[in-house]
Amino acid sequence: MKDVLFSAIAGQKADYIEIRLDESSSSRLTFRGDRLEEAGRSASTGGNVRALVRGGWGFVTFNSLDNLADKVALAVEQAGYVGKEDSKFSPIAPATDIVSAEFKKNPLDIALSAKKDILDEYNRLMLGTPEVQTTSIGYADTQKKVTLVTSEGAHIEQSRIDVSLRLTAIASRDGDVQQVGLSIGSKGDFAVVENLHNAAKDIARRAVALLSAPHVKGGTYTVVLDPILAGVFVHEAFGHLSEADHVYENPQLREIMVLGRRFGGKHLNIIDGAAVPGLRGSFKYDDEGTPATKTYLIREGILNSRLHSRETAARMNETPTGNARAINYQFPPIVRMTNTYIEPGRTSFDDMISDIKEGIYAREWYGGTTSLEMFTFSAGEAYMIRDGKVAEMIKPIVLTGNVFTTLDNIDAIGNDLDMNQGGGCGKAGQSPLPVSNGSPHIRIKNCLIGGK
Amino acid sequence: MVSRRTTAQFEANRLKQIQTRESTATALRIVKKGRVGFAQASGNIKGKDLLKMALETSPFGYQVNFLFPSFESFPQVEVFDPQVEGTSIKDIVSLGENIIREVCANTPGILCEGSLSSGTATLTIDNTSGENASCRRSSFSVSMDGMLIRDGDMLYVGDIRSSCRPIIDHAPISGEIIRQLNLARKNASIGTGTFPVIFTPFGVAGALLAPLISAFNGKTVLDGASPLKDKIGQQIFDKRFSFHDDPTIPFQPGSTPFDDEGVPARKNTLVDAGTVEQFYYDLHTAALAGTHSTGNGNRNGGMPSPSPHALVIDPGHTPLDEMIKNIKEGLIVEQLMGAEQGNILNGDFSGNVLLGYKVENGVIAGRVKDTMVYGNVYQLLKDITAIGNDSRWIAGYVNTPSICCAQISIASK
Repeated sequence: MKDVLFSAIAGQKADYIEIRLDESSSSRLTFRGDRLEEAGRSASTGGNVRALVRGGWGFVTFNSLDNLADKVALAVEQAGYVGKEDSKFSPIAPATDIVSAEFKKNPLDIALSAKKDILDEYNRLMLGTPEVQTTSIGYADTQKKVTLVTSEGAHIEQSRIDVSLRLTAIASRDGDVQQVGLSIGSKGDFAVVENLHNAAKDIARRAVALLSAPHVKGGTYTVVLDPILAGVFVHEAFGHLSEADHVYENPQLREIMVLGRRFGGKHLNIIDGAAVPGLRGSFKYDDEGTPATKTYLIREGILNSRLHSRETAARMNETPTGNARAINYQFPPIVRMTNTYIEPGRTSFDDMISDIKEGIYAREWYGGTTSLEMFTFSAGEAYMIRDGKVAEMIKPIVLTGNVFTTLDNIDAIGNDLDMNQGGGCGKAGQSPLPVSNGSPHIRIKNCLIGGK
Repeated sequence: MVSRRTTAQFEANRLKQIQTRESTATALRIVKKGRVGFAQASGNIKGKDLLKMALETSPFGYQVNFLFPSFESFPQVEVFDPQVEGTSIKDIVSLGENIIREVCANTPGILCEGSLSSGTATLTIDNTSGENASCRRSSFSVSMDGMLIRDGDMLYVGDIRSSCRPIIDHAPISGEIIRQLNLARKNASIGTGTFPVIFTPFGVAGALLAPLISAFNGKTVLDGASPLKDKIGQQIFDKRFSFHDDPTIPFQPGSTPFDDEGVPARKNTLVDAGTVEQFYYDLHTAALAGTHSTGNGNRNGGMPSPSPHALVIDPGHTPLDEMIKNIKEGLIVEQLMGAEQGNILNGDFSGNVLLGYKVENGVIAGRVKDTMVYGNVYQLLKDITAIGNDSRWIAGYVNTPSICCAQISIASK
């Protein structure tokens, strides 16, 4: 196979060529209420060629390796049509490596019927809760092998196994419908979706409680975010802006995002890195063959570095960080996050809320998005804070802020880092990409919240 | 399904990448001992391997208590234009360059990013009840976004269009982007309180539709999670509000003669003059609900489930200018960021105004920022102030006019 790939590239006139092959297979179980809606299997094989000629890119996908040299030639021709300047592409040492899948309790060793039995248990607990109208459960595991060869001589095979589970309880009373969900994920460990009985009961109980919860009044509040929601916050409010592909061809944004600019207090440190082991966004090489790193995006409140592909790094005279990722063979790699988190500080949760007269404690996540300048993210669960204590539950809220001011409004960072492995990230049509994000509890002043 | 698609991608006002995507995908549904099994594959897979995968799942599959379609006669729906195949990369690239040239001439310093593509796809459905349906479609789509940074402030504008026919004229697309830029040239602000709000076609598609798509889904209704579950025949919306799923409009990307289960597609009226008429169903959900498929069984990465083809909200008679003229203080929403992050099931939405304008004494005063809009779709569509005569397609899957609503909560910094 390796020889077939290298010989297809040989002799082509391009500044860089890569061929990437994907082989994956997955199992999926979906429940709606007490009905098992889908028990499905899927398999996927395919590949692509990406070519760089004079700064322009050509990209061709295929399902069959037949006539591979023609596909390489088409990618080179397309790149040649686009390219009108010099190519810039950071050099890296071409690796030869085989990385096998990491796993603890391998989901592939567990029968579909055993997986179904576990989900049945959670479902019964949720459906057995009074006023829970229905539920929704989605489980999937995927094994994937990606092979990369480049015109520089790299040959890397990487395999991984992903597990994900989403439980949702939906409660209803007098035409009001409320829902609470829980997302869990891991890289190759089925154990994370086991023993969630208490969590399942808890989301059902909270969905019912939401039926009686009041809406908050819209306006600005001091908010305290739990580690899960703060992780979504750091992903949306800063992570995306640190992706260099938004910045490298935008002269004004390059000025705004100059390294050394202060974004927050000295207590603020934000990290992204696939080299942080054992997490959902961890890997050894990115999809351009760059070894994974651990990057301080913000160090002591100051913009320290950003996330790069080999092209964005070269164009900004910085170093590639191993963040070029493609969700599958149908897409070229683009700059993505991996495991993104705020480093823990020293404040305890009790101290954090003790001097808040009226504020909001927001927990768990429902979604998040960014325009680079503005971001929104939504809590799955929220409470008022009154006179230094967590008080009544309120209906879920959407929070918003400005990236350039909000980080500076973080005035307390907790001592209790936790990572959320249940999310997936979407960008440029590539979704959901396995990532993780996390944080300790954090407190943000002046956060705008939508409400009645 | 076999497809081929060519895409030109622009970044920072320049052509950056050309992509050619070929794909083959196969899905297999079997019935064994009365239970369904399912497997799908992208790429080349042997039939017996696919069958083996489907057989593995069938012991867990649902009981099949419906009939698969046999030989059907399908409506004539035109979704193929051979001219799309004749479109060259050069044509696509020059369309993109023309849009960017005009936008940059209007607003120097703006950076445009976009993707233009053309392609064809053939969908074939066979089953052992004797059905053999095939449809070849062409498609052409353009999305172009502009980003302008002024004094550390970012403005986003853009347009998205698609059709089964080639898009040749750049002027409507650059014109739409320039219209947004001109309205956003000045900044304005709105206080905290309740105000009348006009949702433009982009605003309706982005902020108001997701809760309706969920509520009219036969599966949500069957689960008892739709607020409309017991509202058939009742007037829930304003009398001027009518809402359909219509896959029969010629050359629209959402149009099709049959759904992904081979059931003939048809126009389904969901709301007629404010009254809830029906929900949309696939075969399985319809059987469970004791009704018939409405031809809405679509695969979205898995087994068929109910989903709309092309949603149409009937236009009204009010020109947008007149709506604006009648507002003393209010807001126009084009893009609401985060709108789908709320409790969609209940019709709640809340989002940050990514692109929107303040109306003062009947004229547009400028662009607003740092503003959250909060509302409930059912409350808001019960009491509509006016429906526009300005219907347009958004990305080929939604056709809607502007809608003006009386009182919506707004919070701003």
